[in-house]
Amino acid sequence: MAELTFQGYRRANGAIGIRNHVVILPVDDISNAAAEGVGRLIQGTLPLPHAYGRLQFGEDLELFFRTMIGTGANPNVAAAVVIGIEPGWTDRIVQGIAQTGKPVAGFSIERHGDLKTIAEAARKAMEFVQWASEQRRESCRLEEIYVSTKCGESDTTTGLASCPTVGEVVDHLVQRGGIACFGETSELTGAEHLVKQRAATPEVAEAFMKTWASYDEFIKRHKTDDLSESQPTKGNIRGGLTTIEEKALGNIQKIGKRAKFVGVLKPAEAPTGRGLWFMDTSSAAAEALTLWAASGAALHLFPTGQGNIVGNPILPVIKLSGNPLTCATMSEHIDLDVSPILKGEMTLADAGKKLLELMVRTANGRLTAAEVLGHREFVLTKLYRSA
Amino acid sequence: MVEFLLHDHRDTVGVVVMDIQPGQKVKGKALDNGVLLDLTAREAIPLGHKIALKDFQPGDTVVKYGEDIGRVVQPIRAGEHVHVHNLKTKRW
Repeated sequence: MAELTFQGYRRANGAIGIRNHVVILPVDDISNAAAEGVGRLIQGTLPLPHAYGRLQFGEDLELFFRTMIGTGANPNVAAAVVIGIEPGWTDRIVQGIAQTGKPVAGFSIERHGDLKTIAEAARKAMEFVQWASEQRRESCRLEEIYVSTKCGESDTTTGLASCPTVGEVVDHLVQRGGIACFGETSELTGAEHLVKQRAATPEVAEAFMKTWASYDEFIKRHKTDDLSESQPTKGNIRGGLTTIEEKALGNIQKIGKRAKFVGVLKPAEAPTGRGLWFMDTSSAAAEALTLWAASGAALHLFPTGQGNIVGNPILPVIKLSGNPLTCATMSEHIDLDVSPILKGEMTLADAGKKLLELMVRTANGRLTAAEVLGHREFVLTKLYRSA
Repeated sequence: MVEFLLHDHRDTVGVVVMDIQPGQKVKGKALDNGVLLDLTAREAIPLGHKIALKDFQPGDTVVKYGEDIGRVVQPIRAGEHVHVHNLKTKRW
């Protein structure tokens, strides 16, 4: 296949972006109103309200900072305005984002109030939007983008068609030096032995099994039944999936047949090199996508069976489905229909090529279904109660 | 054109790729080696759901993708619908 190139944003730190957002990032729940106030005043900004950021501690707080800093640092973000209730944690996030070399500024509300903070932050946001609007796209190779993948509202068609289509693309990208990442730790249960065999080294295999076993123990500690309304979900069951083992075996079709994964990442941790990576994530779509965006992913591949409609504010999500009923009844949510695979009318190789073509178009600026429909789910993963 | 697919020729269930009626004669294909199977459906099976390719007793293991996907909890005859009423996880 000829080299696939597109016009992307080459950021100061070398990362490649496919969107050019100016985000308004509230540090905490009580700063959402100010962030949204700036968003209403300044066109072209993207406020990212969320529910947390107060009294978190320990590993949960570290994950919070990694997620907030990573969101601002994502290459699809041109510049960031950070607004928090007080200056300490606000500045910690500002300094973290500043490591990328992109424009970032912080504002805090105490001793100023919402109105004065909004006025000052809006002036800076205006400057950033005008600066961002003059950034130019440059020629990039498709393999230069960091691509994440997870499926949602899976059914038996995801294992037959949409997940193996992503697997074709993952093998293609990784073979050419790309960066790809999969996760959904709990949803690998029943296929963990097969994932272990795909680790690049015994050390990586051991790290994966330790991460998976820890999640499995956590589920067993808190479960009140066999989890068969949450994993598999009610939607999965309606679509014909019966057990977590069956769901997991379909899920792992996304990592292709050849690529080995080179490392295990903590939630929202950025890959440190090229190749296929595993990230410890929840299997809940909005949480997982937020973690991948924070780890620096610029494009996400999302197979769905019954029709998960999730999106992310900064990470474009390409949806593909192999379920003819879903493609017919929810067509506005599906970017690529691979249902002809079920009838033997499309091969996986052809579907993989179609997905690569759609990735190039999306990277060039074509909006995904989730972007056009306004799906901007920004959902932080919280590990435990606040102090 | 077939009515159901097997991921692996060792599978003991197939996935129907269209809605199936009771008594319908259905043809299946194994995706790994192309082998074809013939079967009669004993009950209605909706698109995407599984059809039993053999008789099972409680405690038996069901195989899909050539792997263990759980244990049978009610007797199942070839051609019947395999789902949450007769198949459970071995994990949780």
